[in-house]
Amino acid sequence: MELLVASAIGVLTAAGIYMVLRLRTFPVIIGASLLSYAVNVFLFASGRLAVFAPPVLRDGVEVYSDPLPQALVLTAIVISFGMTAVVVVIALGSWLSASDDLVDAPKDDADEGRAAQ
Amino acid sequence: MSLFILVALPFLGALLPGLMYQAGRQACFMATFLVTACAAIGLLTHAPAVLLRGEVVTAKLDWLPGLGLNVNLFLDPLGFMFAGLILGIGLLIIAYARTYLSRSDNMGEFFTYLLMFQGAMVGIVLSDNILMLLIFWELTSLSSFLLIGFWKHLPEGRQGARMALTVTGMGGLAMIGGMLILGQIAGSYDLTVILQQREVIQQSPLYVPALILILLGCFTKSAQFPFHFWLPHAMAAPTPVSAYLHSATMVKAGLFLLARMWPVLSGTEIWVIIVCTAGLATMVLGAIIALFKDDLKALLAFSTVSHLGLITFLLGTGTTFGAMAAVFHIINHASFKAALFMSAGIVDHAVHTRDMKRLGGLRHTMPITFAIATLAGLSMAGIPLLNGFLSKEMMLEEAWRTTLYGSPMLVAVVATVGALFSAAYSFRYISHTFLGAERDDYPAAPHDPYASLWLPPALLIVPVIVIGLAPHLVEPFVRTVTAAVIGGVAPLPDAHLKIWHGLVPALYMSIIAVVGGAVLLALYRPLAAAWNGAPRPEAKVIFEGLVEAIAALAGGITQRLHDGRFTRYAAIMVLTVVAIGAYAWSTGTSTAGTREMLPITPAGLAAWAMLVAAAGCLVMFQRNRLAVLIFMGIIGLMVSVGFNYFSAPDLALTQISVEVVTIILLLLALNFLPDRTPVESGALRRTRDGIIAIGGGVAAAALIYTILISDFPSASISEYHLANSYKGGGGDNVVNVILVDFRGFDTYGEIIVLGIAALVIYALTETLLSGPVRARLLNRPYDKAQAGDAHPLMMVVMTRVMMPIVLMVGVFIFLRGHNQPGGGFISGLVVAIAVVMQYMASGFAWADNRQRYPYHGIIGAGVLIAGLTGIGAWFSGTPFLSSDFGYFRIPPMEEFELATALGFDLGVFLAVVGAVMLSLESFSRLSRRAGTEVSDSPMDIDLTGSDTPDGKTGQGV
Repeated sequence: MELLVASAIGVLTAAGIYMVLRLRTFPVIIGASLLSYAVNVFLFASGRLAVFAPPVLRDGVEVYSDPLPQALVLTAIVISFGMTAVVVVIALGSWLSASDDLVDAPKDDADEGRAAQ
Repeated sequence: MSLFILVALPFLGALLPGLMYQAGRQACFMATFLVTACAAIGLLTHAPAVLLRGEVVTAKLDWLPGLGLNVNLFLDPLGFMFAGLILGIGLLIIAYARTYLSRSDNMGEFFTYLLMFQGAMVGIVLSDNILMLLIFWELTSLSSFLLIGFWKHLPEGRQGARMALTVTGMGGLAMIGGMLILGQIAGSYDLTVILQQREVIQQSPLYVPALILILLGCFTKSAQFPFHFWLPHAMAAPTPVSAYLHSATMVKAGLFLLARMWPVLSGTEIWVIIVCTAGLATMVLGAIIALFKDDLKALLAFSTVSHLGLITFLLGTGTTFGAMAAVFHIINHASFKAALFMSAGIVDHAVHTRDMKRLGGLRHTMPITFAIATLAGLSMAGIPLLNGFLSKEMMLEEAWRTTLYGSPMLVAVVATVGALFSAAYSFRYISHTFLGAERDDYPAAPHDPYASLWLPPALLIVPVIVIGLAPHLVEPFVRTVTAAVIGGVAPLPDAHLKIWHGLVPALYMSIIAVVGGAVLLALYRPLAAAWNGAPRPEAKVIFEGLVEAIAALAGGITQRLHDGRFTRYAAIMVLTVVAIGAYAWSTGTSTAGTREMLPITPAGLAAWAMLVAAAGCLVMFQRNRLAVLIFMGIIGLMVSVGFNYFSAPDLALTQISVEVVTIILLLLALNFLPDRTPVESGALRRTRDGIIAIGGGVAAAALIYTILISDFPSASISEYHLANSYKGGGGDNVVNVILVDFRGFDTYGEIIVLGIAALVIYALTETLLSGPVRARLLNRPYDKAQAGDAHPLMMVVMTRVMMPIVLMVGVFIFLRGHNQPGGGFISGLVVAIAVVMQYMASGFAWADNRQRYPYHGIIGAGVLIAGLTGIGAWFSGTPFLSSDFGYFRIPPMEEFELATALGFDLGVFLAVVGAVMLSLESFSRLSRRAGTEVSDSPMDIDLTGSDTPDGKTGQGV
């Protein structure tokens, strides 16, 4: 199973990076979400994999899966929702007020910045 | 008074005038004056111990001992002298400023800055820990910045403040480096320890860099050549600031540090060369420039530069006699120079100009000011029977003895030239302002001011005369302070403060200086014409040019690296991370797998296949945005299935509920964004991105695979959590106990971040809706056919029936969280979904009307409850967020457990509900259209709905 988990993380990472490199806001947000899946699973897996050993204490059971990465990932999942929401509202604001959903600054913007210097 | 209180008093007092500015000027003044007076009295209570009994008063508090950062203070005679100057002259300056500042100035603000500065200065001179000293050092730079720029409407004030901050701030940075090196050499950051290690420090190979960096800090602060140029520009400040900061105290901080470090840093060849050269150059250059300044304050500013150079030179000689002369001159200079500054302020106040070309003959109309300025000026010129003469004699004597660059006469000649110009500008200050014929074209009628304005400088004249006539009165004090400077490295010099030393070389040098000064003044007109005609470098222009050049260079690099193309940054970042990873991979050693692999099961394989297929389809069909969301949903589902499979039930529950709200959120957003992504990048670019992506993916997979097949390299701290979850936290669900107990502080931070994110979303939506976007949104046409029933009956009934059940599930998950999978995060998400369903079923407006508590309030309540639970631990004497638990039994029920962590989890629950709801609600707010009625009934049949995009011929069902 380790191979499957590792390859799944690789696939999610690759898809995430590819989407992040797109030019419009929506795919970039999707890419960031895919990357956060990948990162969350990565962190979780760093506690090593185990089946039928949830970290809930029971009498007579000695082996549990690693609880610490789970606790860290749990809050990370919730926070990544907050992060996605903030990025979405920023993208939406740019689209609604300027009809612009390109992530790259247009060339003349950068030139203006240089001229202002 | 404890030294802690002594340092804290000005800072605490700084709050008073700022808060009281509406209570009137007198109230602000009284508060400031009394605070300073209290501190001064507190200092004096230590006088017997420090000055007579020779004790060192200390106050110690370990703050971060691991970093060597301790709040240690000590008061020795050197610190006592400086603290006395700071507080004593501070009192006079505050009284003077009360009258000096006009009604339009905000006195509360001014005094707040002044007290802040005062506290920082007292902190510098009392610090035992050099890291603390650095903090206070930077604080003086900052408060000086605020004070120089106090008159915000004056461009010179703003420019002067910026220049002062740049120069002293850079010096401060250099000094941080030097102090850290020094601390490393000495093995301690406590001055009392460092000062004992002269040999160790001077023989260290790091001595020279440390010395140079520390000297950079001292020289910038004390305006030594070539950093002298900021001080005259700082004179744009109100006169009380110039007198206090830029003559009596702050610029002496550099000298203080030279004196403080004297026992360990001085005496080496490099010290003598650098410090003496800088001091002498500053002394002569400052004196020459001062002579040709027409502005009274500019003249005094450059004379201050010159005198600071003089003291630097004295400390730089490294002899005990030099140290004694330096201490003596610090006292003398502080008294006569502050008096002179105040007299310049009085002239400015009365005549409305400080330009000496427009002054002269004021002795008739301003006799008191004339007397003060003359006595102080003659002391500065070095005329006998005044205190300036005594220390200047000592300086000349020291110069006579000093050999620099192998030449025994060089220093003596240079010092005499400096003294000569010093006498000349002092005479000029007196004669061109007060002597000469009375004029009839003053900008305002000259008059002597109120006593409140002339009394402070007059009080400063008292020591000028008393010390000048009877130097033996201060000799014990000077000797005590000098002993503190020398710090036992060498015996005290066998010298005495006397008016008459006999016919010694210093006397002849002094005579040359005074006579030469008078001659220079007589020849002033032709000299000034020659000076003004001669080309010379203007420090301000050079400084500004330098700043501009650096800014242009930085701007160029920034523009080159940050061209606004975010995709490029992302690509560079991925490539860099992969490259570093590859390097680490190729150089590190990876062990062969030590763990036994889990067998691949058909279910696992199926889930893996679905996830990989969904990710592939997502990329392939990425232009169809709705499809992308469906694939996202599949991926999220498979991830939560995976969490569940690999023994992480809490994660599975969290992931699946977050998945629901995320998809709803993205659907709401997609409502406004275009539903297709246009084709823009060519095949080449897509191939390139694909290669980068695959590289990143392979790297991540390889890394995690290596981790997965090997065991932990060292013991994991997870064992501790498993062992103590029940014993210490009273819960069986270790993940939940970690969240609410072991790492509760972390969780507390997380819910605050989540709340802030929701508030940011709310604020951004409000901003959007208050701008031109609002009208466009309200009036946008329907671009798709509308469903006849916007709020369908089936869905409304179903969500309404489900709501209490889902809420019950939420409560259940919440309560069992401590011992079974569940808890505040998950139940918060579940409850939020229940509420969101109502919004979806019956519309935003309908649901919003029934929402009784604003979501902001729910977030706030959550954070507050979590915080209060944490604080509750204090009452039982345990640290923040320590939890307690116990078992209770109410007869008909079974025994149950109550833990304080439950209260914390309640806070988490509320914050999550509030944050999720506030974000989703904000998005839905955008979708309001004009003309839609707020429906009264939970379900409706939309008769205005249309089947065609133009919305005219539509017919409802």
